[in-house]
Amino acid sequence: MSGVDLAFKNGLRLFGGEIHAAKKPEIMGNPSEAPAHSRRLADQGMNHTGSVLRFTTAGSVDDGKSTLIGRLLHDTKQILEDQYAAVARASTKRGLASPDLSLHTDGLEAEREQGITIDVAYRYFATPRRKFIIADTPGHVQYTRNMATGASTADAAVILADAGKGLLPQGKRHLYIAHLLGIRDIVVAVNKMDLVGYGRSAFESTRDAFVRYAAPMKIPNLQFVPISALAGDMVVERGAAMSWYREPTLLERLESIEPAAAVRARPFRFAVQLVQRVRGHRRYLGRVTSGTVHAGEEVLVLPSGRGSRIDAIYTFEGSRDSALAGDAVALALADDLDISRGDLIAAAAGAPRAAQAVQATLVWLSGEPLDPQGRYLLKHTTRTVRARVAAVNHVMDVDVLEPHAEGARLGMNDIGHVTLDLAQPVFADPYAEDRAMGAFILIDPHSHHTVAAGMLR
Amino acid sequence: MTPDRSHLDWLESEAIFILREVAGECARPALLFSGGKDSLVLLRLAEKAFRPGRFPFPLLHIDTGHNFPEVIAFRDRRAAELREELLVRSVEDSIARGTVRLRSAGESRNAAQSVTLLEAIGEFGFDAAIGGARRDEEKARAKERVFSFRDGYGQWDPRNQRPELWDLYNPRVNAGEHVRVFPISNWTELDVWQYIGREKLEVPSIYYAHRRPVVRRNGLLVPVTDLTPPGAGEAVEAVSVRFRTVGDVSCTCPVESVATTVDEIIAETVATRVTERGATRMDDQTSEASMERRKREGYF
Repeated sequence: MSGVDLAFKNGLRLFGGEIHAAKKPEIMGNPSEAPAHSRRLADQGMNHTGSVLRFTTAGSVDDGKSTLIGRLLHDTKQILEDQYAAVARASTKRGLASPDLSLHTDGLEAEREQGITIDVAYRYFATPRRKFIIADTPGHVQYTRNMATGASTADAAVILADAGKGLLPQGKRHLYIAHLLGIRDIVVAVNKMDLVGYGRSAFESTRDAFVRYAAPMKIPNLQFVPISALAGDMVVERGAAMSWYREPTLLERLESIEPAAAVRARPFRFAVQLVQRVRGHRRYLGRVTSGTVHAGEEVLVLPSGRGSRIDAIYTFEGSRDSALAGDAVALALADDLDISRGDLIAAAAGAPRAAQAVQATLVWLSGEPLDPQGRYLLKHTTRTVRARVAAVNHVMDVDVLEPHAEGARLGMNDIGHVTLDLAQPVFADPYAEDRAMGAFILIDPHSHHTVAAGMLR
Repeated sequence: MTPDRSHLDWLESEAIFILREVAGECARPALLFSGGKDSLVLLRLAEKAFRPGRFPFPLLHIDTGHNFPEVIAFRDRRAAELREELLVRSVEDSIARGTVRLRSAGESRNAAQSVTLLEAIGEFGFDAAIGGARRDEEKARAKERVFSFRDGYGQWDPRNQRPELWDLYNPRVNAGEHVRVFPISNWTELDVWQYIGREKLEVPSIYYAHRRPVVRRNGLLVPVTDLTPPGAGEAVEAVSVRFRTVGDVSCTCPVESVATTVDEIIAETVATRVTERGATRMDDQTSEASMERRKREGYF
C-alpha cells in the first residue's frame, strides 16, 4: 500500500469517528459553549445572501487535497450520512480496512475501480457568509489541462504545499498555471502541519520560498495559511495547536476574497447573445461582460464602429438604471443599428482593439497535437471566427518553466505562445487585464472537439 | 459603493446566459419539463431570459405513465399559463412499439425514459435538450459539463468529455448527435428552494407536507399506491410527509416532514442529514454506479 492510501485512511478514520460519534465532533467545540462564529448554516438561519466565490484546488495526491476538500465539506456540514455510508460501502468493497474519503470525491465507476481521479468535479458548500463552488482537479494525470479548466472559471485558487517538503516543482507549476489563467487571489495552504509538530519555522520557510518564487508574477493577493487537513486545524476551525498563528483560517480567507470589484471597474463591455424585437424596437440580450453600464451612456458598437447611447436597460422585472458585470439584461439603444449575435457594445471612451493577427498563449487540450497547417474555429465571447495558425513561437517546458523555441510542437497539456490569423477580427482586451474579454477556445471544425484554451496577449 | 449581488442573483444570471447561448447556437432545442421543482425553476429562468418574447424552444415531457396525478395536472396548467408549446411523449408508446421491454408490468420506468427521450429527440430532430439536473444531486453528475455531448446513440462518455473553459460553451454537433444542457448545474437543493421562495413560484402540492399512507421499507418511506402496494406483513401507516424529488411513482419516496411553507422546507433542507436522492430514490441505491450507468445509456 502506498503512502498516499495510508494518508487517506488515516484521514478517514478521523472522519468516520466523528460522524459515527453522533455528537458534535470535538473540533467543533463543546455544544454547551456555542462558538461565537458558527460556520453552520443551520445555526445562522437559512437565508444567507452573500455572493458566490468559485475557487479551484491544486495539489498532488500526496499533498492531501482530497482530505482538505473532505475537511471543508465535513466541517461546514456538507457530507451527509448517506454519502458517508456510500463511501464506507465502496471502501469495504475495495477491501480497505477503513473508509477512504477520496471515494467521496471520485464520482465515476472507473475512478473507484482504479483509485484515480479522471476529471474536474464541482462541489458546493455554503457558509452564512457566502456560497462556494469548488473546481476539484486531479493533481497527477493531465494536470495542466484539468487545472487550466478548473482555473478558468475560478476567482481564487487554493494551492496545497507540504509543510515538511516546502516548495516542490509541482507547487511551482500549480502557481504558474493559476497565475497564467489570471487568478488574482491565491491562498497557499501549507498542509500537514501536524507532521512537523505544528512548528512555525516549517510554515515560514515554505511561505518564504513561495514568496521568493512568485515575486516576478506580481500576484495581487498571495496569502498563506498553515493547516492540518487531517486534524482540521486552521481550515474551518482554528484548533488549539497553532496559537502562534493569529491570522485568518483558510475558510476565513476564502470568505473575505472579493473578486467582483476588479471586473466591475473595467471599461464597459457587452457581448450580444441574441437580438429581440419588441413592438418594433430592438433589444440586445446578453450578460454584461465587464464593467458597469448606466442608461444614457455613450457606447460604440463593434465591428460597425457606429456610436449610440444606452436608451434603456431591461430585465424581466422591468427597466433599471444600471447593470454590473455578470448581470443578464437586455439593452436598448437610442439608434436603430444593425447589430447581431457576436457583436460587441462597448464604452465609447476606451473601446477595445480589433484583433485579426493575434498573439496568444494556448493550453493544448486535445490528444491530437496542433496542426500548423490546420484551420480552427475560434470562439471569443459570443463571436466565432475562422482561425489559422501563422506561427508557433515557443512552447513552455512546464517541468522547468522555461520556453524553448526549437522544434516547437504543441501536444496535449503543452502551453505555447502562438500567432493566429483570423478571418474576421475579434474585439478584445489582453487577458491579463480582462479575463472575459481576453479568453477564447479553439474548436476543430471537423470533430467539433474543443482542442485548446487561449489567452490573448 | 456598488450594490452587491446575492448568490441567487449570480446563479440566475449564469442560467439566463446559458439559456440564451442555447438559443444563439443550437438549431432545434427543447426544454425538458416534468412539473418537478427543478424544471419549474428552469421555466422561470426561461421567462427571465426571453420575455416579452416567446421561448425559442418547445417544452418536452417524457411521461412514464407512472405519475403523481397532482404533478401532471400542474404540468398542463403551467404550460397553458405560459402559452408555450408542450410536447408529451410516453413510455407507454415505446412499450407498444416494442422499443421498451419491461420484465414486469409494475417495474420502475425510470430507466425506460431514456429510450423514449432518445426517440423523441430523433423524431423532432432536437440538437439540444435543456434539463434541470444539478451537479450536487449525485456524484456522477458532479463531473457533468454544462453543455454535455451525446453521440448518435445518445450515450454519454464520461471519460471523453469536451473540456469546458470560462463561459465559452461548445454545443457543436453533427447530424444525429445532440447536447444536453444544464443551466442550473451549479445550484444546490437549498438554492432551488431559496429561489422558489424568492420568486414565489408555485410548485405541485406534494412538495409540501401532507398525510399519506406509507410503509417503511429499507429505511425508506414507500408510498402506498396501486403500483406500489404494501408487501405481505408490512404495516401501512398514515405519516406526514413531503416529496423532495418527484419522479416515477414506482421509485420515488417521500420524507417525513411537517413543512407546509417554503421557509419551513428551507429550514428542513438546511438541517437534513441525508441527501436529496439518498432519502428518496429506490433505484439509485441498487449499485454504486446506477446513475452513471443510466446516464451513459442516455438518461438525463
